[in-house]
Amino acid sequence: MNNIAIELRGIDKSFGLVHANRNINLRVRKGTIHGIIGENGAGKSTLMSILYGFYQADNGEILVDGKPVSIRDPNAAISVGIGMVHQHFMLVENFTVLENVMLGAEDSQILNKGIAKARQELKRLEKEYALEVNPDALIEELPVGLQQRVEILKALYRRADILILDEPTGVLTPAEADHLFRILGQLKAQGKTIILITHKLREIMAITDEVSVMRRGEMVATRTTRETSVEELAELMVGRRVLLRVEKGESNPGDVKLAVQGLTVKDSRGVTMVDTVSFEVRAGEIVGIAGVAGNGQSELLEAIAGIRRAASGTVLLNGKPVDVTGNADPAELRDRGLAHVPEDRHHVGLVLKFEECENAILGYHHDRRFANGMFLNIDAIRKDAEEKIAKYDIRPPNARLRTANFSGGNQQKVVLAREMERDPDVLIIGQPTRGVDVGAIEFIHKRIIEMRDQGKAVLLVSVELDEIRSLSDRILVMFAGRVVGERSPEATEGELGLLMAGVEGRKEAAE
Amino acid sequence: MSTPYAKLPGWVEYGLIPLINLAVAFLVAGLVVLLVGENPLEAAYHLINGAFGRGEYIGFTLYYATTFIFTGLAVAVAFHAGLFNIGGEGQAYVGGIGVALACLWLDQTMPWYVVFPLAIVGSAFFGALWAFLPGWLQAKRGSHIVITTIMFNFIASSLMVYLLTRVLKPLGSMAPQTRTFAEGGQLPKLDWLLSIFGLNIGTAPFNISFLLALAAAFAVWLLIWRTRLGYEMRTMGHSPSAARYAGISESRITVIAMMISGGLAGMMALNPIMGEQFRMQLDFVQGAGFVGIAVALMGRSHPGGIIPAAILFGVLYQGGAEIAFEMPSISRDMIVIIQGLVILFAGALENMFRPAITRAFAARGQRAAAVVQTKGA
Repeated sequence: MNNIAIELRGIDKSFGLVHANRNINLRVRKGTIHGIIGENGAGKSTLMSILYGFYQADNGEILVDGKPVSIRDPNAAISVGIGMVHQHFMLVENFTVLENVMLGAEDSQILNKGIAKARQELKRLEKEYALEVNPDALIEELPVGLQQRVEILKALYRRADILILDEPTGVLTPAEADHLFRILGQLKAQGKTIILITHKLREIMAITDEVSVMRRGEMVATRTTRETSVEELAELMVGRRVLLRVEKGESNPGDVKLAVQGLTVKDSRGVTMVDTVSFEVRAGEIVGIAGVAGNGQSELLEAIAGIRRAASGTVLLNGKPVDVTGNADPAELRDRGLAHVPEDRHHVGLVLKFEECENAILGYHHDRRFANGMFLNIDAIRKDAEEKIAKYDIRPPNARLRTANFSGGNQQKVVLAREMERDPDVLIIGQPTRGVDVGAIEFIHKRIIEMRDQGKAVLLVSVELDEIRSLSDRILVMFAGRVVGERSPEATEGELGLLMAGVEGRKEAAE
Repeated sequence: MSTPYAKLPGWVEYGLIPLINLAVAFLVAGLVVLLVGENPLEAAYHLINGAFGRGEYIGFTLYYATTFIFTGLAVAVAFHAGLFNIGGEGQAYVGGIGVALACLWLDQTMPWYVVFPLAIVGSAFFGALWAFLPGWLQAKRGSHIVITTIMFNFIASSLMVYLLTRVLKPLGSMAPQTRTFAEGGQLPKLDWLLSIFGLNIGTAPFNISFLLALAAAFAVWLLIWRTRLGYEMRTMGHSPSAARYAGISESRITVIAMMISGGLAGMMALNPIMGEQFRMQLDFVQGAGFVGIAVALMGRSHPGGIIPAAILFGVLYQGGAEIAFEMPSISRDMIVIIQGLVILFAGALENMFRPAITRAFAARGQRAAAVVQTKGA
């Protein structure tokens, strides 16, 4: 009896000079949840893309149920029973659940016949796997957790026996994530095989049976989850011991540096994204804003930084008003002591096609140090970039290298070095460690605490609740554009999770 | 992963790949010549001989190249700011007004070296003005610059017909053109430059505006890579959201970049008006504004690439005319086909051979790495 659902033998894949997968061997047993972890750029996504037919391996073979298969495209993957739930959902927003599930598997030219069949099949699947969802609901009206469920249903509808989930909890609240894990447990019980890709060690420990670790394109270890530990896995991922807990002393708050009063921000369609938000950040403290992505945190940061116009409200920087409802100029705010590490370093914080040293002056290119009249002082710019590279251990240490060629962690360090080394009074940071490898996370967290201890006012937004809890001195929770509560970092994850889901907050607001 | 193609050495990126693209373009062009029943090798001979065979031919090649350097730079400057200026044709045409006004005013009383600087300023001013309007419409009203610049080409064309038939034409003349300029409105030829190489310029209109074009190329390089303004333009060109984050005003950069672009396009008018015809005629631009797009594409919007690309198109113009003359079954339109093929392979399909070349270099890199490893062990 063969109990291996899927086996990879010697998978190798290069993109030009980048060797993304090196001689990967992997066996996933039938009816198990198999975790794959690794830092960003370790090659997890490439490997799964090969398995799902987006890329072809240069070498090696794939065996499904012991038989070698050739997976040329996603259709071939589906036909051998491999289904994928992508990190970014592949759903048609203005279609119903039913229409999305049958999309691409309509079975006949005349839709009506197919619809009736699909509806029946969907009902059966819902019952069998306890995946309730209204088949006639529009996708755009469903919460993220349910949209993900539709993705899973899509795969099951195509009779997938092996499900690949790529970073499935990135967009979920803790409660939704728990629910997902229960669903995965149910699927496992029904004999499905699940491959879970994540960089969150806690999830691996919570639900997987076995776990494989990737590092720099290689599969460095496979462990039985029960017999390993978070510390061991972290070490395997990074290749050295890492400090997972952030060490910090008591905060010592001083004067109010940033005061936000009744700030309201609307998006281009006039929908209120930030709803009369008020708070203060004092010198020497870190205020964290927790919340599920998309609850107004991004818009709040952008409005404070002068990138997005606010509808109403005031912001005081060092006691002086910022023209947030008019023409706040990010360049002027920088001069007044505001530094901003944006959430999206690829499109906002950096110009990926620039040389590293060019990005090291983005926003500060008017600075006297970097300019002689209308000309740039190239020597000064390069020298300054090299100093920052040394101080922040940016690798490779080459100020002339294109920024796109740095890893996510090193790109983030370029942004952090630029913003932190300006000695700002107020530092606002969005998603400081998104897509950043474990080793760099440690470094970045230390630097943020150092900024606090130097008496800077730090406003931190992150969707990683662990990060918020370990760095912040005070935590504000945002839900649907409002601050629904303030907690100390000692608050339990459950308590914060309820606030983030809008459950507790509504009660609190009503009282 | 995020970068499907790894970085190649500079000489491959900027030397080998364009050369391969060019070679393929000429191969396909050769096939076309074969199809009309002519000998491609003979055509190639006429092309090369027609462009370089004599001092006079070289003079013509460089005369055309001068024009294309200006229009290529114009497209490149806008392109660095993320703006696709298709209006070089109209901007060059209107730029002619500045040249003509300076010459008509002073040509009989002043020497060329007094008129020339004024004509430069005039051409750049009128060219910039013609680009300012689409730039301003884009910045303030969101009207797309590709559409507006195309429209402004047509407006320029009508405007110039009006000016040349009603306003600038001397009384009693039948031709839609200004009067012929006196000596003050005629640029000196660069015969001395060619004679250094022992070449005789003959009747070729190769003139001092070539040196101005080279100076403009250097100035554009300085602007784009060495000034704060250039830095802001490039930031906006690569990522408007990063520019907003950096406090760079999108509307300010749009208007300024378009004006610089239009100014450069306008300066193109100096070459035919003061350098060849000594008067402003109808349609003197003759599509050079559009060729500038191809030149900028091929030269990768870098002055160091635009100059050779402009010379290549000079060769195609001058040598192509020679082919049409020597081989009657190859018409003028065939030459346009060949030029089109060059644009197709060097511009639109420039990445066609890149994956294969990258793979070849990756294999080489791995072998080199393996050698290092065995040595280390």
